Amino acid sequence: MTLWVTIPLLLLIVVTALSAILMRDLIGAVFILGCYSFLLALLWAWFGAADVGFTEAVVGAGLSTVFFLLALFLTTPRETRTHHHQISWPGVIVLVTSGLLLLASMEDLPVLGDLLSPANARVSPDYLLRSIQETRTPSVVASIIMDYRSMDTIVETAVIFTAGIACRFLLRKD
Amino acid sequence: MLELWLSRLNFLVFAFLFLWGLYFMITHHNLIKKLIGMYLLQTSIIFLFVTLGAKTGGTVPVVFDTGSIRPELYTNPLPTALMLTAIVVGVSTLGVSLSLAVRIYRHYHTLDEDEIARSPE
Amino acid sequence: MIHPHDSPIVRHLSRVLIPFLQLFAVYVVVHGQYSPGGGFVGGVVFGTSLILGLLAFGTGQGQGQGLAHTVAFRWEGVGLLLLAGVGTLCLIGGAEFLNYHALLLPGMEASARRWTGILLAQIGVGIDVAATAVAIFFSLSLFNERDDDHA
Repeated sequence: MTLWVTIPLLLLIVVTALSAILMRDLIGAVFILGCYSFLLALLWAWFGAADVGFTEAVVGAGLSTVFFLLALFLTTPRETRTHHHQISWPGVIVLVTSGLLLLASMEDLPVLGDLLSPANARVSPDYLLRSIQETRTPSVVASIIMDYRSMDTIVETAVIFTAGIACRFLLRKD
Repeated sequence: MLELWLSRLNFLVFAFLFLWGLYFMITHHNLIKKLIGMYLLQTSIIFLFVTLGAKTGGTVPVVFDTGSIRPELYTNPLPTALMLTAIVVGVSTLGVSLSLAVRIYRHYHTLDEDEIARSPE
Repeated sequence: MIHPHDSPIVRHLSRVLIPFLQLFAVYVVVHGQYSPGGGFVGGVVFGTSLILGLLAFGTGQGQGQGLAHTVAFRWEGVGLLLLAGVGTLCLIGGAEFLNYHALLLPGMEASARRWTGILLAQIGVGIDVAATAVAIFFSLSLFNERDDDHA
């Protein structure tokens, strides 16, 4: 993979994720989270996952920022700065230990962009070869989510519907 | 060692983002910062899945010709298809958690976890 | 309660931009089988266009809120009903749930029936996601505090 594009993007993603949490002003933190989503969308579009990049750009940089700002203006319209966060040392120790354990298992994962990893070599040609013949749909992602794996889609649609209903119930006027 | 890390940069970034989001989701005292940590957690997992399906020299998986299709020219469509629904479900659950935070503020008049734990109900 | 925006620039530009956003959303949903996009993104863009209308013109009764009120409060279940309805039609046709080749459409071969099933599923998902986005926006914005409005 071309490292000249991915390394600056990954660096910017890490920097915006760091500052979204470390920033003490909440409104600024929400906007930096929007920048983080947009950079993630750029990276995924660069890797060829255009659907996911499109969705993350619209949902992350648009919708979630609006929801966060609405919740902030409903709850604390005056004081949007948080006070100092005490570092909890047991948490840091657990964090570092899990990080080392995750990094120790890194050699078993495939290289970024590997054509011979089990997912890329065995599973992906199946859908790519079958989609245009059986469903007349050039976009393979659309035929996967709406035809080959449509049960997952209907259950996730039910989850989204339930979330909308739950918000209506939680925030009724009483 | 460096070559090992450089060839699996996506896993390094995933491990960092996952643990960072998880730590602040558990230990920070402000409820909105906890939700920001949860959002970082969700997007880090989606990031890992999408980059596991990337192929060197692969393009968008839209296949127009019915002739001979070479699968190594297109990125793996299955992880991106699964993560597409995951993103929208993530924003819906974010809406529900923000509604819960607004209700908690209405009852306790603070978004600080320590003050809520200390308040006499 | 969100009041209409003060600046006339925002109001006029929103009036120009919202129809283009909605047309783009319908394009993305219907062309989901030929390009990246599909039901989820098209639904979110449609919901975002309605939210832009509500932010620019306020959430009271007046101009520009009719479609948003209808989509959020009346059409919440329509998307899931459409998707489950297509699945039940497949059951009636004789195959399993959501196996589109058994839809009862005369004169089409199996791959064309699956294409139609995918299109109906995309439209159902788009309506569901748009309705949820606007419903969550309404819930968060119409919840008013008793001792608010100092700012």
